[in-house]
Amino acid sequence: MKLVESIVELYRRMSCELPVDVTAALEAACAREKAGTPARDAIEAIIENGRLARENGRPICQDTGCPVFYVVRPRAPSEAEIREAALRPQREVGWQPVKRAHLKSPGETDIRDAILEATRRATELGYLRPNAVDPVTDVNSGDNTGEGFPIIHIEEGTTGALVIDAMLKGGGSENVGARYSLPDASLGAGRDLDGMRRCVLDAVHRAQGRGCPPYVVGVAVGGARDATAALAKKQLLRTLDDRSPNAALAELEAELLEQTNRLGIGPAGLGGRTTVLGVKIARQHRHCACYFVEVSFGCWAMRRARLALDEYGATHA
Amino acid sequence: MREVKLTTPLSEKDVRALEVGDRVLLSGQVVTARDRAHRYLVEEAVPGKLPFDLAGGVVYHCGPVTRRRDDGTWELIAAGPTTSARMNAYVGALVERFGVRAIIGKGGMAAGLLKTFGECGAVYLSAVGGAAQSLAAAVERIDGCHKVDEFGAPEGLWLLGVRDFPTVVTMDAHGRSLHDEVEATSGRQLRTFLDTA
Repeated sequence: MKLVESIVELYRRMSCELPVDVTAALEAACAREKAGTPARDAIEAIIENGRLARENGRPICQDTGCPVFYVVRPRAPSEAEIREAALRPQREVGWQPVKRAHLKSPGETDIRDAILEATRRATELGYLRPNAVDPVTDVNSGDNTGEGFPIIHIEEGTTGALVIDAMLKGGGSENVGARYSLPDASLGAGRDLDGMRRCVLDAVHRAQGRGCPPYVVGVAVGGARDATAALAKKQLLRTLDDRSPNAALAELEAELLEQTNRLGIGPAGLGGRTTVLGVKIARQHRHCACYFVEVSFGCWAMRRARLALDEYGATHA
Repeated sequence: MREVKLTTPLSEKDVRALEVGDRVLLSGQVVTARDRAHRYLVEEAVPGKLPFDLAGGVVYHCGPVTRRRDDGTWELIAAGPTTSARMNAYVGALVERFGVRAIIGKGGMAAGLLKTFGECGAVYLSAVGGAAQSLAAAVERIDGCHKVDEFGAPEGLWLLGVRDFPTVVTMDAHGRSLHDEVEATSGRQLRTFLDTA
């Protein structure tokens, strides 16, 4: 199994094929906009664009973003399991030594290297625009790799499978992301869920059309800056029909979807009925002194995909 | 909505006749420029000494995906607009000093530019953000490029030959901005949500 090739394919699908739930939501939005308005023209162009990109194998958007990877790597064996396997190598044991052959081919030392190599190849193939710029020298690396670029989160899983969720996060939507520290008197926002609601409405209003609406809005509430920033962005991986398992947050997701759309910012920010396709909220226990609300925006080109690899092969979703 | 077909270089008369909401299908040549290229044009370049003419010209806020063919020519892969607000500080000078008549981008620009647009006869045209394939379909060829090696591919200036490139006027030479209107309307709605909770 060739991990690098599988990740190049993951890139191709992300860059050229809009997820089916996003396409369906855009088509529903099109039906809501009045014919002959800039909003309707915009959403029709967006839908046509998705078809062209898919058919021609070309990037949906010229800003192919910053790739963000969420890797769950196969579980590593415990000391006891290693000992048992070493002592009784012939015996069938409950724990199967994780078969790593599917992760490796010559030149691939680990998952991170495989992602970097796939990133270079995807850039060569035109699935990605070279976007990685050194802020010190202002030089573009030319292949989308650099310090902390792409962003790669790796955690250990509980099975022998390797699961990679990824997104291409555009710069326009990244720039309109917002952070609030509650209480915020100007919004009348206290340290509660209603305060969070006010922050999200304000963030969408401030974003206007600058980050390519209709947006997917990821929200995190909690008490550490780094954690809430990462958690809000990770919500953008959720499919549009996914609801928070927390009843209060699920209710707020629905309420905010309705209210943000009533702002009337519309597709491309030109006015209209669809400003947001989904609001996805998560929480992190906060420090008692802190109350942050982080709002992360996904543009309508919400490019995300999953690659799962186990001993039986690769699955793309 | 009115639909207007225009060809570059744009005349002052044609541009002044445009109003917010008009669909404009552009043909001729547009020049891409983003952050770095704007700084270059305003702080370093001299009008008339560039390898292309911006008088009556159209600047497109875009960092395209391109690929060099084996014969050295360029192929356009994707070309949608980038966020124009980042270039707020520079666009006035492009209009005043270089004679640019139209900016294409997404998200709109600062209200202060409406005065310059009115004085000089210029407009802001919105293209659909993210619709890089629909828009690339209206680009017939790459006529050339400038500073691509120095600034990197997205930041370079690309000369794109376009036919019926689809845009809509969202800031005109009569002081109207659809962006400001949408922001004001949505702001009123926002305040009702914040006050009635």
